[in-house]
Amino acid sequence: MEKSNLNEKTIQINSVKFHWSNKSKFKLHIPELSVVKGEKVLLLGESGSGKTTLLSLICGFLAPLSGNIQLNEKLINNLSATKRDQYRSDNIGIIFQQFNLLPYANVIDNILLPLYFSKLRSANVSDQRETAISICQSLRLPEDVVNMKASELSVGQQQRVAVARALIGNPPLVIADEPTSSLDTDAQNIFLDLMFSQVASSNSTLLMVSHDKSLSSKFDRVIDMKNVSVKEQ
Amino acid sequence: MLLKLTLNSLYARLLTVGMTVFAISLSLMLYMSVEKLRTSAYTSFTDTISQTDLIVGARTSSVQLLLYSVFRIGNATNNITWESYEDVIDRKEVAWSVPISLGDSHKGFRVMGTNNEFFKRYKFRGGQSIELEKGNNLDDLYDVIIGAGVAEKLNYSVETPLIVSHGLQSFSDHDDQPFRVSGILAKTGTPVDNTVIVSLEAIEAIHVDWSTGAKIPGQLTPVEEIRQMDLSPKNITAALIGVNSKLQIFQLQRWINEYPEESLSSILPGVALQELWRIVGVVENLLLGISVTVIFTTLIGMTAIIFSSLNERRREMAIWRAMGASPKVVIGLLMLEAFIISVMSIIVSTVMLFLTLYVLQPWIDNTYGILVNIETLAVKDIYIFMLFILSASLVSLIPAIRAYWFSINDGMTIKI
Repeated sequence: MEKSNLNEKTIQINSVKFHWSNKSKFKLHIPELSVVKGEKVLLLGESGSGKTTLLSLICGFLAPLSGNIQLNEKLINNLSATKRDQYRSDNIGIIFQQFNLLPYANVIDNILLPLYFSKLRSANVSDQRETAISICQSLRLPEDVVNMKASELSVGQQQRVAVARALIGNPPLVIADEPTSSLDTDAQNIFLDLMFSQVASSNSTLLMVSHDKSLSSKFDRVIDMKNVSVKEQ
Repeated sequence: MLLKLTLNSLYARLLTVGMTVFAISLSLMLYMSVEKLRTSAYTSFTDTISQTDLIVGARTSSVQLLLYSVFRIGNATNNITWESYEDVIDRKEVAWSVPISLGDSHKGFRVMGTNNEFFKRYKFRGGQSIELEKGNNLDDLYDVIIGAGVAEKLNYSVETPLIVSHGLQSFSDHDDQPFRVSGILAKTGTPVDNTVIVSLEAIEAIHVDWSTGAKIPGQLTPVEEIRQMDLSPKNITAALIGVNSKLQIFQLQRWINEYPEESLSSILPGVALQELWRIVGVVENLLLGISVTVIFTTLIGMTAIIFSSLNERRREMAIWRAMGASPKVVIGLLMLEAFIISVMSIIVSTVMLFLTLYVLQPWIDNTYGILVNIETLAVKDIYIFMLFILSASLVSLIPAIRAYWFSINDGMTIKI
């Protein structure tokens, strides 16, 4: 792993607590968690361990009840919801478990969607269409798919479009929520290799969630939810 | 890009959106139809008589005078003498006049005595003249001209013989003096359609043997003898008056109302029609109520449809949010969608309305005497459309806010 600065943290979480309601059995408490810039980190955990809730907190969909979340050394939990939305748009590329492409939009429009909401990421791209096509080529998407609607793509193609969308405009952080869960081992390896090369070329940090421990060797670091969260009842 | 993607999203849900647009269009069309009928009924009613400045009759209320002289409903309280009528028309303000005499009937249709001036002076629907569709004017003493409604309902044609009954619900007929249909008027959509028109002299002629108000037993003056008599009218029921200058209307009206020789009333038909419309206005209010209800129902229907499509679109909203769309954008997207749906509905409903009216207008006119204007949309319709678009966009706020809460709660977990 090559890092520009070992002290430069992309994610820094301290004493974060969250639960949906007082009656809720599920309570998340993370005393400390950090991810350094350029790292490829795998977040492992069983179903119900709070992985997705943690991602929602990091992405700013949710605000913690207490504690601090810093992204690129900026405290985001103090921001208003609208500012968190903007911060997410500028700094985070998201790959969903089910890719979540707009089915009626074509591949190019899907990839360019984050640029519409982020001037910062948009400024990083000189020719939007050309850049989108170039990322597609790097992800080995056939040339003729760029004008196809997302609903017309195969699962593998949708996955790669989702990666392209997350990486366009070089966001500092890419978050992937179990993107390989529906793939067999060979397809998983191909997909991860493609994703890693693109993340590296964008100089982004990758935080990927999975419950598949066999993927551990492919990442710089593995964080197990069991080790970072404190169970509260 | 937002507009392009919204249009793409709508296109992707073509069937649902198409049915929504169709349902809203039908409601809007219903609203516009009711409004068109309401305004057309009002216009047709108030245009029953036009370009007549005053109606003169015996002293009575303005509505009653209007009812019996124009709508042939009810009876005159009294007649006015021919001398009084001549005094009125001798006034310098009077440009023209049409005397009318009522009281008899034919198979339920009112018989009106007048002269050929009636056909020249009686105007309706903003100045249209009545026209003979078949036959000729009143040339012979026993000629009648019948309205289109009379001809249609009694299946009469030119040359059909006709007997006038005495009074309105009498078993006594003037069967000794049969008439002949000399002409049939074109449809007007006014009470003229249901009127049997004879000359004033004919009214005098059929009452020669009725000098006491009832048929004198054993007296039967031969028709040839009657034709030789002086049949100048002695009384009339009312008169339509046109003045030389509109500025003189009130002056003449005051003079007539203060006429010392006989108690007379003179009314302005336009004002009396408005008064009468206010009396029957409950129907108008009912139609107005229906219109408002239809619009409300449409808005509620549209909100329900957007609500029901929210689940279908929950993933889409989550994607927008994940890409950084603020709540304003999520809400704006649904409002934009409601805006587009309402504009499309307005266009579709307007096209459907005009096509329907184009087909049905002649039938509505012939059956109900209501001429529905299909040339343009009224300015009020444009305002209603704008208000509808605004309301539709505003009511879509309710599902939009719900969609926003969905998108917050869904966060990264959306797995629909």
